[in-house]
Amino acid sequence: MSKYSLDYLDHLESEAIHIFREVAGQFERPALLFSGGKDSITLVQLALKAFRPGKFPFPLVHIDTGHNFPEALQYRDELAKRLGEKLIVRNVGDTIKTKNLTEPKGKFASRNALQTFTLLDTIEEFKFDACIGGARRDEEKARAKERIFSVRDEFGQWDPKLQRPELWNTYNGKISKGENVRVFPISNWTELDVWNYIRREKIELPSIYFSHERDVIDHEGQLVAVSEFIKLDETDKVLRKNVRYRTVGDMTCTAAVESRADNIDDIISEITATKTSERGETRIDDKVSEAAMEDRKKNGYF
Amino acid sequence: MDLLRFITAGSVDDGKSTLIGRLLYDSKSIMIDQLAAIEKQSKNKDQGEIDLALLTDGLRAEREQGITIDVAYKYFSTPKRKFIIADAPGHIQYTRNMVTGASTADLAIILIDARNGVVEQTRRHSIITSLLNIPHVVVAINKMDLVDYSQDVYNNIVIDYAEVAKSLGLKDVTYIPLSAAFGDNIVERSPKLAWYEGAPLLQFLESVEVDKDINLADPRFPVQYVIRPQTEDLHDYRGYAGKVISGIYKKGDSITVLPSGRTSTISAIEHNGKEVEEVFAPQSAILHLEDDIDISRGDIIVKNDNLPKLTQELEVVLCWMDNKPLVTGNKYLLQINSKVVKSVIKEIEYKLDVNTLQKTEATSAALNDVIKVKIKTASPIPYDSYSDLRENGGAILIDETSHVTVGACMIQ
Repeated sequence: MSKYSLDYLDHLESEAIHIFREVAGQFERPALLFSGGKDSITLVQLALKAFRPGKFPFPLVHIDTGHNFPEALQYRDELAKRLGEKLIVRNVGDTIKTKNLTEPKGKFASRNALQTFTLLDTIEEFKFDACIGGARRDEEKARAKERIFSVRDEFGQWDPKLQRPELWNTYNGKISKGENVRVFPISNWTELDVWNYIRREKIELPSIYFSHERDVIDHEGQLVAVSEFIKLDETDKVLRKNVRYRTVGDMTCTAAVESRADNIDDIISEITATKTSERGETRIDDKVSEAAMEDRKKNGYF
Repeated sequence: MDLLRFITAGSVDDGKSTLIGRLLYDSKSIMIDQLAAIEKQSKNKDQGEIDLALLTDGLRAEREQGITIDVAYKYFSTPKRKFIIADAPGHIQYTRNMVTGASTADLAIILIDARNGVVEQTRRHSIITSLLNIPHVVVAINKMDLVDYSQDVYNNIVIDYAEVAKSLGLKDVTYIPLSAAFGDNIVERSPKLAWYEGAPLLQFLESVEVDKDINLADPRFPVQYVIRPQTEDLHDYRGYAGKVISGIYKKGDSITVLPSGRTSTISAIEHNGKEVEEVFAPQSAILHLEDDIDISRGDIIVKNDNLPKLTQELEVVLCWMDNKPLVTGNKYLLQINSKVVKSVIKEIEYKLDVNTLQKTEATSAALNDVIKVKIKTASPIPYDSYSDLRENGGAILIDETSHVTVGACMIQ
């Protein structure tokens, strides 16, 4: 290898930094959507590389469903403080009250779909013209089709049939009034790429990504944390297990993985060996229909 | 471990989706739950077997119609490489989608159905591959199982395609006979194709050299963003943030900023938060200059001894991508890397038939048409010929009223 060869992670990193700087150069009021999950934590690391020693040209924005893992929220607050960057939090619970929305019912009543309302309100409140998110194309087949700069109309809707061609590394961020762009700098990363990058960069993660003991119930083969947000049936058996999380979403719609991996090397070995996809193993909300994600995106979801 | 981006051109009928499904399946990049989902759908279609094509068609409309409409990106890796597949549709009404997928590809896999040989679609995909200047081509002669794995059939197709490749000036062409449906010559050499001495597809994809495709000779650094913290301790800090799209930059290099033409010297280079002696393509970096000159987004920093062209009159091969036709005299925004300028279509020289390369006269262009045009820009733009330097010779046209990307320009 010549000294001018780059590792694949260097390629991915440089591509993402380039996308971040395109956002900074092309938009007036961008925002970075931050959830406390590993993908958005990776975005923050890339933003540091894109803009330090300057400040981020955008705030971190968290749409808090009220059903988050406390560990993720704590991590979020500490990170924003440590970096000295602005954090904006908007609560789905508030939107439900002010807009008279109906709380979803059922055993795992998930506010996941309601997030979209709060997100769109927040975009309007701050007049955000670009929202950077950590979605990856390997996650799901509808995401595999989405552009890196994805234009949404004023209702936040994605129209898969009317996507702009996206050529070379040239990103067209021109939009009409009312439209906004969702930007996905790590579109081309896989789950394993993210983990390998976290290891290489020694990025700190919320503790729930590592093995810990937790009370869970077994729901159709998926381990769901016992919390105030889910309703237990009489038949549910509470089990004490060693688990870790592979993704971090709401406590109501994210399942844990049984694991003793308490360090990043062990996690990467487990993920390399796994035979189940990230979303398949950990997301309770994707199985509803073949086109669940496509439908949600069309309605303004990330 | 490095990275290879490739495009697969072909239609479902050629077994394109099956081929991708096979690569993902055999490299163990498909997970049990994903397989279960397509198994369920395959049974819905009463096909009795797993339809690997369902893995790649991500939109409901595509699954319903059984065709690929838009580019989908798929990922897999082996211990040697990470691969990014741009899975592009093959039909002529989706030419723009193939152009999109081709624009970032290091390699194109052109699928030929062994029963049909070189057909119109093969020529079209090859022409687009050549227009977009994709460095490497694999001609995958598929469905060998349906021609009894015949070497004669293979040889005849190679002879036919060699002429196409020659007429288009395709340089690096590799032929591989295979059967995607049965996995012959995909990961392992197939005993049924023992007469073929080359590597199976995956092994070839793992070994084709792509580092050399990165141009390290002509330094180009489009400025994306100026970093000015303006804090007390960084009062005078002024860093030009961008990506080295080609070439190498060293501390002390004499540089010129275009289009202004002002000159200076690189005083410092930052990469990943550290000061370094040099940066090279495709690294992102921050450059610092000795002199305080006016530089903003859209400017390009180059070296004094290696200047790009700088004109207002461009000769362009253009793929039209909008439903509304292109009309001579219309004005569009032209974006090349971070620079955006107003431009006007002065004249259409000819329209190119992407099936035959035949040139005809034209005064307008419709969706998917490829035309040669003269474009005048409102101010001079620095660029290189697309055939010399893809990174600084490709531009997009944007409709000023709809803001949609309407054209892909390969500047001559």
